[in-house]
Amino acid sequence: MPKKELETANRPDNTAFTQQRLPAWQPILSAGIVIPGFVLIGLAFIGIGVALFLTSRNITVLEMDYTGVETTSDCYKCSAGTLPNCVCNLYFTLNETFPGTVYFYYGLSNYFQSYRKFGASRDDNQLSGDTYYFTSPLAVCTPYQYDVNNNPIVPCGISANSMFNDTFNLYQLVNGSKTVPLDGRGIAWWSDYNIKFRNPTSDPLRNAFNGTVKPPFWSKPVFELDLTDKSNNGFLNQDFLVWMRRAALPNFRKLYRRITGPDYASGLPPGNYTIEIAYNYPVMSFNGRKKVVLSNVSWMGGKNDFLGVAYLVVGSLCIVMSMVMLIVYAKFKFPDDV
Amino acid sequence: ILLTKCEDFCKGRVDSRTIYVGHRPCHDPEAFIPPKFCDNRIVSSKYTVWNFLPKNLFEQFRRIANFYFLIIFLVQVIVDTPTSPVTSGLPLFFVITVTAIKQGYEDWLRHKADNEVNKYLVTVLEDGQRMRKESEKIKVGDVVEVVEDETFPCDLVLLRSSREDETCFVTTASLDGESNHKTHYTVPDMEQDLLSLNATIECEQPQPDLYKYDKLNLSCELKAKSLGPENLLLKGATLKNTEKIYGVAVYSGMETKMALNYQGKSQKRSAVEKSINAFLLVYLCILVSKALVCTTLKYVWQSQPGQDEPWYNQKTQKEKDSNLVRLVFFSCFLSRMFTDFLSFMVLFNFIIPVSMYVTVEMQKFLGSFFISWDKDFFDPEIQEGALVNTSDLNEELGQVEYVFTDKTGTLTQNNMEFIECCIDGFQYKYTDSSTELDGFCVTDGPVNQLQQKKEELFLRALCLCHTVQVKEPCHPAELRGFIASSPDEVALVIGAMKYGFTFLGMESNSMKVMNRNNEVETYQLLHVLNFDPVRRRMSVIVRSKSGDTMLFCKGADSSIFPRVRQHEVERIRMHVERNATEGYRTLCVAYKLLKPEEYALVDTELREARLSLQDREDKLLKVYNQVEDNMSLIGATAVEDRLQEEAAETMEALQGAGMRVWVLTGDKMETAKSTCYACRLFQRGTELLELTVRTLEDGGRNREDRLHELLLDYHKRAVQDAPPVKAGVTRNWSSSHQDYGFIIDGATLSLVLNSSTDSDCYKTLFLKICQNCTSVLCCRMAPLQKAQIVKLVKCSKGSPITLSIGDGANDVSMILEAHVGIGIKGKEGRQAVRNSDYAIPKLKHLKKLLLAHGHLYYVRIAHLVQYFFYKNLCFILPQFLYQFFCGYSQQPLYDAAYLTMYNICFTSMPILAYSLVEQHICMEALLENAALYRDVAKNAMLRWGPFSYWTLLGVYQGLLFFFGVRFLFGNPALQDNGQVFGNWSYGTIVFTVLVFTVTLKLALDTRYWTWVNHFVIWGSLAFYTFFSFFWGGIIWPFLRQQRLYFVFANMLSSVAAWLVIILLIILSLLPEILLQVLRKPRGTHSRQVLHTHTHTHTDRYYPHKHTHTHRHTHTHTHTHRQVLPPQTHRHTDTHTDRYYPHTHTHTHTHRQVPHTDRYYPHTHTQTGTTHRQVLPPHTHTDRYHTHTHTHTHTHTDGHRQVIILANKSLVKRTSL
Repeated sequence: MPKKELETANRPDNTAFTQQRLPAWQPILSAGIVIPGFVLIGLAFIGIGVALFLTSRNITVLEMDYTGVETTSDCYKCSAGTLPNCVCNLYFTLNETFPGTVYFYYGLSNYFQSYRKFGASRDDNQLSGDTYYFTSPLAVCTPYQYDVNNNPIVPCGISANSMFNDTFNLYQLVNGSKTVPLDGRGIAWWSDYNIKFRNPTSDPLRNAFNGTVKPPFWSKPVFELDLTDKSNNGFLNQDFLVWMRRAALPNFRKLYRRITGPDYASGLPPGNYTIEIAYNYPVMSFNGRKKVVLSNVSWMGGKNDFLGVAYLVVGSLCIVMSMVMLIVYAKFKFPDDV
Repeated sequence: ILLTKCEDFCKGRVDSRTIYVGHRPCHDPEAFIPPKFCDNRIVSSKYTVWNFLPKNLFEQFRRIANFYFLIIFLVQVIVDTPTSPVTSGLPLFFVITVTAIKQGYEDWLRHKADNEVNKYLVTVLEDGQRMRKESEKIKVGDVVEVVEDETFPCDLVLLRSSREDETCFVTTASLDGESNHKTHYTVPDMEQDLLSLNATIECEQPQPDLYKYDKLNLSCELKAKSLGPENLLLKGATLKNTEKIYGVAVYSGMETKMALNYQGKSQKRSAVEKSINAFLLVYLCILVSKALVCTTLKYVWQSQPGQDEPWYNQKTQKEKDSNLVRLVFFSCFLSRMFTDFLSFMVLFNFIIPVSMYVTVEMQKFLGSFFISWDKDFFDPEIQEGALVNTSDLNEELGQVEYVFTDKTGTLTQNNMEFIECCIDGFQYKYTDSSTELDGFCVTDGPVNQLQQKKEELFLRALCLCHTVQVKEPCHPAELRGFIASSPDEVALVIGAMKYGFTFLGMESNSMKVMNRNNEVETYQLLHVLNFDPVRRRMSVIVRSKSGDTMLFCKGADSSIFPRVRQHEVERIRMHVERNATEGYRTLCVAYKLLKPEEYALVDTELREARLSLQDREDKLLKVYNQVEDNMSLIGATAVEDRLQEEAAETMEALQGAGMRVWVLTGDKMETAKSTCYACRLFQRGTELLELTVRTLEDGGRNREDRLHELLLDYHKRAVQDAPPVKAGVTRNWSSSHQDYGFIIDGATLSLVLNSSTDSDCYKTLFLKICQNCTSVLCCRMAPLQKAQIVKLVKCSKGSPITLSIGDGANDVSMILEAHVGIGIKGKEGRQAVRNSDYAIPKLKHLKKLLLAHGHLYYVRIAHLVQYFFYKNLCFILPQFLYQFFCGYSQQPLYDAAYLTMYNICFTSMPILAYSLVEQHICMEALLENAALYRDVAKNAMLRWGPFSYWTLLGVYQGLLFFFGVRFLFGNPALQDNGQVFGNWSYGTIVFTVLVFTVTLKLALDTRYWTWVNHFVIWGSLAFYTFFSFFWGGIIWPFLRQQRLYFVFANMLSSVAAWLVIILLIILSLLPEILLQVLRKPRGTHSRQVLHTHTHTHTDRYYPHKHTHTHRHTHTHTHTHRQVLPPQTHRHTDTHTDRYYPHTHTHTHTHRQVPHTDRYYPHTHTQTGTTHRQVLPPHTHTDRYHTHTHTHTHTHTDGHRQVIILANKSLVKRTSL
């Protein structure tokens, strides 16, 4: 339209943006794009699903409850919680080799690490080695902030106090019993071990904890958690780190050890084994269960059929839908791409 | 006796007020108590400095959402809750502050505007002195001086005028829209000097009716005079053609008629906001029920053995205490439960998006700039573009169902022009060229002596039969100006001047006319038989120099034709009718030679009637009728009140978009009617239902009865007998459905509205009839009546969205009353613009404002609102589900940073950008296809249907997110080194899926990807990733717990996490993609809109809707059901003809038979033309896309069309 072009101050700017005429890509999801797309996605998903499913199938898992609910169980005697330092044994037999590096987990059921209180009741300042908070822990740690004598508890809080304290030893039963060495390193997150948790800088370590008391549930103070390995003490104790990483769900497992000993690096050979359990952790009061899990892992982690199945289902779904669409389109000749 | 006296006294106090002119009491100065009246200040602002804070806060917290957030904030402060009070306090503070600043600024502007009026300096006579005073300081009783072109500062009684004849001229354009000059008279016999005048005025208490002014008395030293409306000058009117006047203020400030006709400016709420509030309530219910469920389950669960207090999670001493107490006091137990309930509320409160309000406000504020930036709204004449006063209503522009428009200055330019005349059956058209000025060219017929005589007689009649005054030019170079009470008269006089007969003016009762030969003819004016709306004609009786006494009469055809000789009528009737259908204002001119004895009789009768004291009006009417009879018809005139540019096209587009247009005007019915015809609001086939004073008096019965009868009759015709109008179907004039137009005038309207008996019944009847009519015309409306009508419709069933458009102060009340008020930046001042929500320079801009901007705004904001609720639902649902896995302990699933940032940073920008730039259909298509507007009518995108779809989508995705990850965490060892993931990893995976899904969902909905969209959508995702790395990569000193440290990085190192994220994103978008493909229209070229070519040769002779104006766009709206073969075609527009369809089918790839036109049974027969058709690819319209079938017809020669329309009225015409 030939309009008299008047350049005045009032005249709106004639730019693409102000006139809402920005150049734009105007895609349309048409059948021509969607059907091949669905087929591609479907095929890819089925591929991934098959890979995942097979991988998951190849993972060996051995799961054993040792709570001692049944009277037949060796741990039945310990489950009442009346015997101090109760030790029980868990026997199992492998008919064939348990392949790969075997990971040793312990599992708890009906145990709510995901309680809000549980998670909140900790003092990360203490755990990062700030000694100021050794003498006055945060109030969120109550009821494990100070003991009855008003001594500060280190590490304070519910999380730390309730640390899992069963210990396990694995023996292969050949010609008596042969200890299967368990490797306790590398079971916690790298970042937790190296950065997030810090011991106070004092030598010896225990000096830093003068004037503090251990959490009431603990049998040993935090600087004596591992008497065999000096570096595995204090807040950098790997079992402690693993415990302090809260599980998401009430039935969870946590990594306890890896079996990396020279004889067992490529797996557990067939035979009879026993796990010697120092049964300390009470779970019966809240209907909890304890178990040990032996498992190897793959590139996708532990055994989990869900992912493979889900991929297969979604992949097939895509294929089916693309077929349906194709039929519909062929039949009704949609004038899609004129 | 005493009692009645007292009553009288009291009544007197109530009904009238006494004003002492110049504050001088007439008698008895001792007992003089100056009466108290309000001052002359106009206040339109809402706040003062002092009450701003409390009043504004109160208003803001009346908003349900703001109040809710306040409560949440308080709960967080008081109760121990999982999240900090900052998370909700900060956004709330932000929202409140931003809104307060915005409203404060707007009010400041109003203050400024008020001050402009109030501080205006006027001259007041006080104690014999002329004083300059600020307008607001005028008191009732002050004598005020007003000079020419000034506006009256308050309502004045005219005391003295500088004109000799004791009159003054006034234009009330800004009051009632009539821009002609009205004559007002001074109080008769005011000989006394104004400075020493002692007088009192008794007048009624202020009331808003502009045309009513009773009970006025001026008593002056026992000499009482009666005053009428002709003595009252209203505030807002302007003095014209008079040097200066003096008047005494009788009503001031907020009591003036203008102010009383204003209405308080209340804050307008858009329908979208109402929807938001409704949705909000739903979400509140969801929220409360979630919290209730959790609280209940918590206590049920805890009552199981071992669950309440496992040894590892012992309660603190304090809690134990309260447990102890609980045994004693049950109420404490309840209070604990209540605390838990509140904690859950706080945990889930994010489901109600606080940031939505910020985003909506921002969207509205920023979005409104597009209106003021639009260069299509720029008018080079006034050098201005559109103006946005209220950005709150942008989306309402896309929802309009009723348009109320002013006539003068809005539909028309208020600029009369003489177009043509018809003398003795021959048509004379003035061709605009100076060479033929003397020619008075004859287009038809032989030139002979007789003819010449008739022409001259006709022109003389035009020059003499009027009440025009000549305005002497201030300096000689100027053209002669004319002033008259009706602009048509001026147009006629100017028209005659063009043909050589110039009216020179009046000189002591004789009119001087200069004829073609530059001779001055003088006629003695004997009588003026004034115009009145009942007679609808006026006459003059003049005596020429030669002694002939002649009567010239001009008037509406209906009132002239019965009074002339019948054989003359037929020749002229044809022309008149044709002119009328073209929208011209037609007048017939007749004349009669009076014999001396005849005149003598008439003269005495007229004088008698004039002087009679009783039934003067009736007697005069009788004489008039007697005189104006048996005349001979000379000819007819056609005057055009120029329509605004593209007025008819705009109206057509609005009607095509499903809006009903009502014309509300203060003007006369005839004028308004012809405008309606010209704008194609009324068509040739439209049956007019008239409810005016005239029709009421037809039956000669009681008005009330007649009204009742008429209403019932019309109701029967328009409502009961009419086939039910399907919503969304255009009115097709070719269908059998009869169009109705309704006409009502102000007096009848007040009868309908204020009827004593069954007023509600009348009202409903009236409304029903009107709503069944395609157009309604309300004439002779007072400003407040306009608002009443708007209110009536606004509050009717279904509460339709109304829009008022006008340009004068008389439109202010309706502009304020309607949902959306539009002001036109016309010539009549700025009041309408100031009070409007949007102001545009021209009427034609309304089309783009509504069809393009309004539609887009609506779609944008509707999508914004739905999206916000959706994304918060699938945000919070996993957190709710997580409560089942954490012992109902109010453990948040997501980290606090994610909770706070989700709405503010991660997902806010893409939707904001979408809601600013999205064009699901491009602007051209929207303008081209008015019918597209119906797709979003009645709040289509925010009804419960779409809302439940979005809600279901949110629930589906929320469930998917949570349980997908839940099954993955069946074995939390997700890394190839056997390490396990904890709860924060769980939350982070869910959150990552969430952010990606909702962002990609928006990407799927985006139809218009500008760089802005690309930038924000991909940018948001990148920002989320970056932020997560950053947030988890550093030990933050201010955090009490480093919960997320390395969680994100660790998550990314897990293949399983990657796989589950991809899986869940795709799975949650799958149904959406599927739906889009199936619901979605085909056609990749759908949005390439071909410009229809604009050579619409408009047919002057045939201005009806079905323009066979070679509109070469065949626009078809197909309602496609995607899968099913039978397609329903709805033709919204124009003709398909028999010769074309085969070409359509080439391009339609639908399974479609060559379309027989079921709905438009009409044929075009063409002869003698060669049509070459170029048919570019057809495009068509469906829900989201517009395809325009563009046919290019090349007419190689002038064509002759015979159009046979299968309408009720069979019309046959051959164009030249």
